[in-house]
Amino acid sequence: MAGVLLSEAEKTFILHGVQNDLRNDGRSKQDYRPIELEMDIVTHANGSARVRLANTDILVGVKTEIDVPKSDQPNQGKIEFFVDCSANATPEFEGKGGEDLATEISNFLRSSFASPLSFDLKTLCILKGVQCWILYVDILILECGGNLFDAVSLAVKAALHNTMVPNVETVAMDGGNVDLQLSGDPYDCWRLDITNIPCLVTLTKIGEHLIVDPTAEEEECSMASLVLAVTENGRINSICKTSVGSLHPQTLSDALKVGAEVGVGLNKALKEALAREEKRLQADKPERFGFLK
Amino acid sequence: MQNIKIRLASERVSTSLTFGEEGAPQLFTPGETITDNQRVMSGHGTYMDEENKDVLKASVAGTIERVNQLICVRPIKCRYMGEIGDVVVGRITEVQQKRWKVDTNARLDSVLLISSVNLPGGELRRRSAEDEQMMRKYLQEGDLVSAEVQSVFSDGSLSLHTRSLKYGKLSQGVLVKVPPSLILRRKNHFHNLLCGASVILGNNGLVWIYPTSPEDDSGVGGFTQNLEQVIDKEDRERIARLRNCVLAITASKLMLFDSSIQYAFEESLNYSIKELLTPEVMLDVAFRTRHRLQAYKDS
Repeated sequence: MAGVLLSEAEKTFILHGVQNDLRNDGRSKQDYRPIELEMDIVTHANGSARVRLANTDILVGVKTEIDVPKSDQPNQGKIEFFVDCSANATPEFEGKGGEDLATEISNFLRSSFASPLSFDLKTLCILKGVQCWILYVDILILECGGNLFDAVSLAVKAALHNTMVPNVETVAMDGGNVDLQLSGDPYDCWRLDITNIPCLVTLTKIGEHLIVDPTAEEEECSMASLVLAVTENGRINSICKTSVGSLHPQTLSDALKVGAEVGVGLNKALKEALAREEKRLQADKPERFGFLK
Repeated sequence: MQNIKIRLASERVSTSLTFGEEGAPQLFTPGETITDNQRVMSGHGTYMDEENKDVLKASVAGTIERVNQLICVRPIKCRYMGEIGDVVVGRITEVQQKRWKVDTNARLDSVLLISSVNLPGGELRRRSAEDEQMMRKYLQEGDLVSAEVQSVFSDGSLSLHTRSLKYGKLSQGVLVKVPPSLILRRKNHFHNLLCGASVILGNNGLVWIYPTSPEDDSGVGGFTQNLEQVIDKEDRERIARLRNCVLAITASKLMLFDSSIQYAFEESLNYSIKELLTPEVMLDVAFRTRHRLQAYKDS
């Protein structure tokens, strides 16, 4: 992770702050920093979203393409995650510097989407065993201000919500070849079902306490973090531990309880924001804000 | 129970306080024509147009400064340009032979020579080889120091010194980074604020907020760090509030000095500390602070 230098005294100050349930910016242990969301800002993608969580900036684009399903899962589509750590975020990402982090994030996203209970790949099937949709989810990390996982998952969920998959009009088999006829109308699309897609919640252990939404400085003070994939109704899909430290079994069970609760809140907030943004986009000629203003 | 709120980009609030107001300083963007008067001289941040030699244009985004015929544009956001005598806050990035490298938010790392620090023991003595071997004991990578700019090298990098009890290693507190152009140059950059905490306003845009220590007035000098000391909750609340206030008023481009911080602190008391992270509240605090500063200036 993009490290920041901190002196021992600053670390002590942060540590004591967490013990007092008053962090450096006045938040308590379970508060998030302000989050900003915008959908449909990349015109060339089928779906896109940008999430800014304080200083963490994530841009996600979803592209749909037609592919051949895997032979062992003939009636399922595919989803692929690709994370790109821009060297704009921190000079450490230059060259291959961000590769480890990128693989870590994309692997965890893949595992949290793996269960049919979180995302049903069957909906992406066009013709069993022959044709299916593949979703390429491209994640671009533009700025790192701590808590990458949570911000990435919010942006991914929003971008998938925004994704328009073209309707297939006719499927004709011509010998061994498949002839697909896509709808000519660009607005003739269907949307993905994102209800059960999980949001990631990072719980960072500082001292004996668990905090959510750590800043880059707080991440520097922690020995271990736990990332949970939590769905709307509080089900934990997937879990992984980042960085080097270890966790006590008791801490782990506490973390699961806290994480599920926070995850439900996060999903609810996202759902509400998505509905509002959707309403705005449906208006005539919605304005795009992006990085300006 | 936490209350998470996700905002939309369309609901973003503008942080500008003076937009469209009369008397607001005019901002120039790079490439914008400043004047076509042939008698002016081109200063920092400006250039003469290639095709039309009479036209002076801005090369950075900022406000104009005019001394007789000389026109400069002072950028709003830039790296710190050091001047001799400035108070700076910096972070040690490297320990080398006879010197520390310090990140002061300038274009190049600054140097702090071992001969320009007051070593523990106090008396002026020759720096021995042992002192050089002990350098990491005094200051190691990541440590924060307050210092003064002693000289500027020809390449623009700075040489610092801490030869006063005011300067030295910083202990517990919070560092806030703001644009250097928003720090008002004053005689004194060390303040014990009325609200019960202290700040060092580094000319380089790094602001250090720390609890006021009751016993010594000598400031933060020396090389000691008390890691056992636990700062009580009231002090911590004041520091967190000050941190958010500093960020609020600098987001709206108000100058930072002792009274602007104090006013912002007082105006922010209507809100809880974490409310100060939301853009609307930040704007409101900045607006009220500006109002009070103007009222004080008019009276």
